[in-house]
Amino acid sequence: MIRFAVQGLLARKLRSALTAIGVVLGVALISGTYVLTDSITSAFDSIFTENYKNTDAAITGKTAFDAEEDGTVTAPPFDAGLLTQVRELPEVGAAGGGVGGEAQLIGKDGKSIVFGGAPNLAFSVDPALPQFNSLTLVSGAWPAPGEVVIDTHSAQEKGFAAGDSIRVQARGPAEQMRIAGLVEFGAVSSIGGATLAGFELGTAQRLLDKTGKLDQILIAKKDGTSEQQLLDAVRPILPEATQVRSAEDQAAEDAAGTSSFTSFLQTFLLVFGGIALFVGSFVIANSLSITIAQRTREFATLRTLGASRRQILGTVVLEALVTGLVSAVVGLFLGLAIATGLFKLFDAVGFTLPNNGLVFRTRTIIVALAVGVLVTVLASLRPAWRATRVPPIAAVREGATLMPGRLHRFRPLGAALLAVAGIALVLIGLFVDGLSTSTLLSLLGAGVLLLFIGIALFSARLVRPLAAVSDPVARWAVVVLTAIAWPFFLFPLWLVRRLRGRPAEFPRVLPDGPAVAIGGQNSRRDPHRTASTAAALMIGLALVTLVATLGAGIIKPFEQAVDGIFSADYAITAQNNFSPLPPTVAAAVAEVPGVETQTSVRGGQAKAFDKTITITAVDAEAPGLLTFDWRSGSQASLGELGADGAIVDAEYADNHALSQGSRFAMETATGKVLQLQVRGVFRPPAGGSPFGNVTISTETFDSTTSQPLNIYTFVNMRGGVTAENTAALGNALSTFPNAKAMTREEFKKAQTDSVKSILNVLYVLLALSVLVSLFGIVNTLVLTVFERTRELGMLRAIGLTRLQVKRMIRQESVITALIGAVIGIVLGLVLASLLASRLEEITFTIPTSQLVIFAIVSVVVGIFAAIWPARRAARLNPLEALQYE
Amino acid sequence: MIGTEGTAARTNTGVVHAEDVVRVYGEGDTEVRALRGVSVQIDPGQLTAVMGPSGSGKSTLMHILAGLDRPTSGSVRIDGIEITTLGDDALTKLRRQHIGFIFQFFNLLPMLSARDNIVLPLTIAGTKPDPQYFENLVERVGLADRLEHRPAELSGGQQQRVAIARALVSRPTVVFADEPTGNLDSRTSGEILALMRGSVDEYGQTTVMVTHDARAAAMADRVLYLADGEIVKETGRSSQHEILQIIDTLDLQ
Repeated sequence: MIRFAVQGLLARKLRSALTAIGVVLGVALISGTYVLTDSITSAFDSIFTENYKNTDAAITGKTAFDAEEDGTVTAPPFDAGLLTQVRELPEVGAAGGGVGGEAQLIGKDGKSIVFGGAPNLAFSVDPALPQFNSLTLVSGAWPAPGEVVIDTHSAQEKGFAAGDSIRVQARGPAEQMRIAGLVEFGAVSSIGGATLAGFELGTAQRLLDKTGKLDQILIAKKDGTSEQQLLDAVRPILPEATQVRSAEDQAAEDAAGTSSFTSFLQTFLLVFGGIALFVGSFVIANSLSITIAQRTREFATLRTLGASRRQILGTVVLEALVTGLVSAVVGLFLGLAIATGLFKLFDAVGFTLPNNGLVFRTRTIIVALAVGVLVTVLASLRPAWRATRVPPIAAVREGATLMPGRLHRFRPLGAALLAVAGIALVLIGLFVDGLSTSTLLSLLGAGVLLLFIGIALFSARLVRPLAAVSDPVARWAVVVLTAIAWPFFLFPLWLVRRLRGRPAEFPRVLPDGPAVAIGGQNSRRDPHRTASTAAALMIGLALVTLVATLGAGIIKPFEQAVDGIFSADYAITAQNNFSPLPPTVAAAVAEVPGVETQTSVRGGQAKAFDKTITITAVDAEAPGLLTFDWRSGSQASLGELGADGAIVDAEYADNHALSQGSRFAMETATGKVLQLQVRGVFRPPAGGSPFGNVTISTETFDSTTSQPLNIYTFVNMRGGVTAENTAALGNALSTFPNAKAMTREEFKKAQTDSVKSILNVLYVLLALSVLVSLFGIVNTLVLTVFERTRELGMLRAIGLTRLQVKRMIRQESVITALIGAVIGIVLGLVLASLLASRLEEITFTIPTSQLVIFAIVSVVVGIFAAIWPARRAARLNPLEALQYE
Repeated sequence: MIGTEGTAARTNTGVVHAEDVVRVYGEGDTEVRALRGVSVQIDPGQLTAVMGPSGSGKSTLMHILAGLDRPTSGSVRIDGIEITTLGDDALTKLRRQHIGFIFQFFNLLPMLSARDNIVLPLTIAGTKPDPQYFENLVERVGLADRLEHRPAELSGGQQQRVAIARALVSRPTVVFADEPTGNLDSRTSGEILALMRGSVDEYGQTTVMVTHDARAAAMADRVLYLADGEIVKETGRSSQHEILQIIDTLDLQ
């Protein structure tokens, strides 16, 4: 039986391969995701392990609570005197202290060196204690006071060498320094694009504003002492707000932030792999349905020869199993290419990930194979069951077709019920309160899945009317696209062919009425087939539309919010729009002549009501430049927060029963507990609040934070936005290359750009499902051409030219794509409106221009999908076609 | 009657000439000589039957005469045009103008109505039928009340009538019919043959019919007998009995 199945597959190589493409791409994304995230994890692990290779214990400062890694909160440094005490302990063999932070290296173009949003690390190096130094000196020397060593990657990319001079900026303004040498981290030239700046301890302390302080002490135990003895010895001498950990624990702690990031990334990408596979399963089910219909006589012959229904079922499922296995293996290895591609993709959107080589784990192999085989076999069940319904008599009948199943007439009803159940699940998920996030997500996921399947099954009913409407649209869309492509592609192609002396018909733009008309008719003749082919594209387009609509729904209110809140002429932010900046930047801006008022918003984290929350702080100038939508309190209270005043957002107030005048306690990162009183409650803007849950005064914030940072600075200038003012600000910021001044319009745009780049990543990932559905259309068309061989022969015999055959196939393809697009876009809009009606942050906005683009993309998908099947059809010799049986 | 007019116009114009047509399939050991130098002329306004057992080359001859296949050597002219050297597009357009086909398996497009199937050759060529001729034709093949039906709603005989009307609708120089009754019961076969005979008589439609059915050949004005890739005999109008005798004597069974 296995041999029979394999031989059957080999006999239909092309069709089997086409069927498999959906699975291959889905599995590839899943395997690619695992390879990517495993590689990132291993790269980080190697970094963190390298850091502590000769260390037995590490002393670090301690935040009062577990802060999230957003760059605003760092553990407070401790007094450098601790190092002497530690060195005096009998259990300690060696101990070295260091400080770390961020410092920008400034390129020759005056811009700070950043590779794809990766951090700019600064730290002290102590060549006297090489065992604690994870850097390798590649050229030059270790830094003397006032010198710097930088990483080879940055040096190569930006044209620096040892002995050159470079500007470096940390907490204060940029300073000119000599490059003492070039270094590498371990043996890696770049840690995910991060730039490295190493200084002698004193210099580092000064630059990072940590004079007399240390961030970390690394300790090696004396021979004959156990790690536990070392830890026990260190603990009693530790001052407050410090902790000691074994090197292993410290490495794990360092890795914790990155591992939560990689696990998020993994889930995120797996979702898209799952979507591609889901679309792929439609392609498989559809292809198998068609091939099985075409093999009716074969199955009937097997039945007359004595094969049981079970054996027929077994053959088909076995074929699917083999197809699934082969395509899963191919997908598995394609995943390596996908992982490389994803690294590049993230790099391109400004998010470089560390990569020390691809990691291919057993888990990846097992999951990819299992998922690929499972999806294929599941998708084959229905077609396989239909194959068992072929009666033996079909073997001797001319033109026998597959009988409709017994449940055939209940199909529309069943499909509608599935879709309704899907919608119901989505509604429950959205509108029933108090569901956990995972319940909510699984309800939504399952609901959307059911909805897609239901609509896909039901849409056969919609094919005829939709095809009738799409027909002229497809005709003219193709004409327009052909006209656009004519001077760039069609005409040159024709010219080249003619010049090579090959026959080619001069490319015409106007539609070929008769050929296109037959193509249009063809799209209507098997609604079930057209519907299932279109369904694959429908899923992709529904999701793309959903994303675009939600994106538009977020961007618009977000712009309004930015407009409403910030009324300043200029905003100062980091080059990447989100990194916090040291307050020295704002101080430099204050010196600019013409500045009338200026306010900075500090960002950080704190703990209140037992939870880590984001907090912001505003200064006395805030009322003039920031406008809140007050529930209670007023603009004036914004400037008078003092030592104990706080402003909270409305939702946070409701969740914790806070109102005007209520008191609550908040613990800051340094461990200080503030007793705060609510002075105002504001309604955060739809689209996300630019402020933390709690906002306090800048003085209070600074007195309880080790190294305060600004997330925004706003400036009003005499004369408003003028070229002179812009130049003056730019001039003042020249010593802070990481900072930039933007006009209000630019600021607004920059804020929305970040949302847009997330949307772009989503589009790219969803494009994979659209690609799978393109292959689905190719597949159906190839099978259809195969099935209609005799008919094509007749058409050729009575006068259809090759070009007309191609246009006929193309028309059918474009109509199919348009049907998928129409249903998909409508479905996407419905889903988006449901979400928008639930989420206050999103207003339902139809992204008209994007939808038009999606429709055009669908037409292009249709055109591309038709190319190859159309060529095959056109190449058919009319004679072979007539003799074909 | 339009047919008379057509006859007058056509008797002076095209016919099919084939000279020394050789068709070889395969090479070396597997070489098959399907046609070994066939020369034939198809006279206008006549129904010519090509008879022969399977493997005699009769289908190959028809395919070559109709411009569906190319001879290995030799010349074929339709309406005075040498077709063996034409490119695919030119040949396709020649078929549109000069050639009609009737197939054994009808080969109708399932999604088109009978009317649309009949006018399909004209639609493809981008023209419309002469309404009077179309009406007359439909009347003649007896499909006037079946025009809006789809092939699936028609009997085999009715489907072949649609196919005949489709072959005649463009008033081609010559109609080629490949075993037109091969897939029909004997009563329906009779009706279809009568119809084809009628189209020759009334419209003067030059027709070439490939068949191994002596009854069908008996309707023809001229019968060509093919064996082993050569025309071995030619007769004028003959009865079914005569034809069967000839087949017997030539040992063509």
